[in-house]
Amino acid sequence: MGGLTLNYIIRRVVIFLLTVWVSITIIFLVARLAPGDPISAMVAQASASMGVVENQDAIIEGWKEYFGLNDPIPVQYVKFLGNLLTFNFGPSLIAFPAQVNELIARALPWSIGLGLVTLPLIFFIGNLFGALLAWRRTPGPLKAFIPMTMIFTSLPSVLAGLVFIFVFAFRMKLFPISGPFGRGMQPSFTIEFISSLIHHGILPVASLVIVSFGFWTLGMRGMMVTTEGEDYMTLADAKGLPPFYVLYRYQVRNAILPQVTALAIALRTLVAGQILVEAIFSYRGIGTLIYTSIRNQDYNTIQGTSFVVILFTAVSVLVIDLIYPLIDPRISLEGN
Amino acid sequence: MAEIPAEQVQRRRRKVLEVRNLRVHYETPTGDVIAVAGIDFDLYDGETLGLVGESGSGKSTAAYGILKLVQPPGRIVEGDVTLDGDELVHMNDSSFRQIRWTKLALIPQGAMNSLNPTMRVHRQITDAIEAHEGKQDKEALRERVLELFRMVGLPQRVYNMFPHELSGGMKQRVCIAMGIALHPTVVIADESTSALDVVVQRVVAQTMLRVKQALGVSMIMIGHDMGLMAQMVDRIAVMYAGKLVEVAPVETIFDEPMHPYSQVLIESIPSLKERKPLKITEGITHDPRNPPPGCIFQLRCPHVMERCRSEAPPLRELLMRHEVACHLYNDDGSLIEGAKLEAAS
Repeated sequence: MGGLTLNYIIRRVVIFLLTVWVSITIIFLVARLAPGDPISAMVAQASASMGVVENQDAIIEGWKEYFGLNDPIPVQYVKFLGNLLTFNFGPSLIAFPAQVNELIARALPWSIGLGLVTLPLIFFIGNLFGALLAWRRTPGPLKAFIPMTMIFTSLPSVLAGLVFIFVFAFRMKLFPISGPFGRGMQPSFTIEFISSLIHHGILPVASLVIVSFGFWTLGMRGMMVTTEGEDYMTLADAKGLPPFYVLYRYQVRNAILPQVTALAIALRTLVAGQILVEAIFSYRGIGTLIYTSIRNQDYNTIQGTSFVVILFTAVSVLVIDLIYPLIDPRISLEGN
Repeated sequence: MAEIPAEQVQRRRRKVLEVRNLRVHYETPTGDVIAVAGIDFDLYDGETLGLVGESGSGKSTAAYGILKLVQPPGRIVEGDVTLDGDELVHMNDSSFRQIRWTKLALIPQGAMNSLNPTMRVHRQITDAIEAHEGKQDKEALRERVLELFRMVGLPQRVYNMFPHELSGGMKQRVCIAMGIALHPTVVIADESTSALDVVVQRVVAQTMLRVKQALGVSMIMIGHDMGLMAQMVDRIAVMYAGKLVEVAPVETIFDEPMHPYSQVLIESIPSLKERKPLKITEGITHDPRNPPPGCIFQLRCPHVMERCRSEAPPLRELLMRHEVACHLYNDDGSLIEGAKLEAAS
């Protein structure tokens, strides 16, 4: 019975916790290995904007005490661990006194929303095209058409975004140039707002989809060709099953398994993969936040967003690991 | 020659499958590989025909040609296959799909991955049933599958299992159950027992024979295990390089093989009492893309004559139910003048 055993679940959760712990440690070490320190950077920024700052040393010392930077490294490490696990990333340096977790909480829904629309679209279109490209019974014209749609695959998504903005927003004025929704609107559940949201979302989604689905198409096509040669495909034909049933229940069903694994890895793009596209469309997601925090050396925000991205990746991998045995019954038995 | 008993003649029953001049080629950049070079044979009602030959002789390709399952770059070049009065080779796909499994079934090498790893065992049997008989009551289908399991000796618990949870022998039984699910007229068993160890092989082979007799189906068994063939089949067809060289009842071919290839093949069967050299390695094989004119076996034949180099011997019925393709014999089955078939040892 599609084996999701307790043993398997425990193993996966332990691996998940280990991954998160190791990455927190790396974030901690990298921050401490980097030259300079955030307090000096913050004070330097303040002095740059306000002219002279009095009692600089006292301020720095005060903040160091406040952030616990005078504690021994192991103590700092334990505090850091606790803070990250409770999503306490400290104040943002550029949006001071706003807390980093508030910024992330505000940005995350936009990124996830964008990703939740984009990724299923990419996965669906990519695999559908890949399956049709490899299927023996696909009509010839369709087989000739599909490769032509894949010429954008080698483009960076930013470039596709810029081209789309130029052609569809700037020249043809079909879509707005930037922003997640119309200027001056307040987020609400009205038809007006939602249609504006969709209208603004089409170009970012399209530029992400068009550069990515070709990867899935090629992967799926390769797997379909491999599956085609399997003995069970021959037997399915010999049984006189309807061709379309053989396609989806025998060929696609088996060919898609590695694609689902790849989807787990691709899930992290829900948060991190659209940084530049978000930036050029001025979308309010985590990508834009990472982009601005790196540009402004906002250490706390960089740490916070890195942690969120890593956590997101680890959670997506865990979820896929738990779903996978239901799709491929052979998985959970390995390593028991 | 001894008189053929009348009862033996009566055993020739209705032909269920007639194969005429079947040719299957595989396309390669340097020319077509002629895998099956025009073969003719009949399968009689209730009979088991063994198709034997070494690897690459085209026996599996011939079977897949009959089933129209030859995958590109292979293709059926010409030939006619008639099953119960229906011509199969030129039949369109959707009509042939109706024939598949209801009249012409395949028992593959089930120990390999002939079963879909993502489907439960019962579903892989019921999808064939439902494809040909339409949607059915779940409980009735379940009863039917369990009855098939009983016939092939599978326990009920297999019903809900996945293929990877079964042993090789069990998978093979599932394939047999699947093959007979719709009571086909002809079953083709393609090396069905090759990947199993000898004990399981014997049990599975007996199961296959028992089921075949219970249902009265005709069967073509493909294999290279002459010992197993001797116990299982009524007639043997020996294939060499895409051609049938000898077709005869199983006792006859073991006692008095007539074609030089069959002779070395049977002489090479090892026994416990004595070691025997493998005769068949002598001589070289030809390029399958470009067979020499004349007899297909001329390069390896110990009795090759001038005539063999230019003229291909047709498959002739020399004795009752004993067909041979060789120039060494006259039409009445006697050796031609001057030929000596000294014991080749």
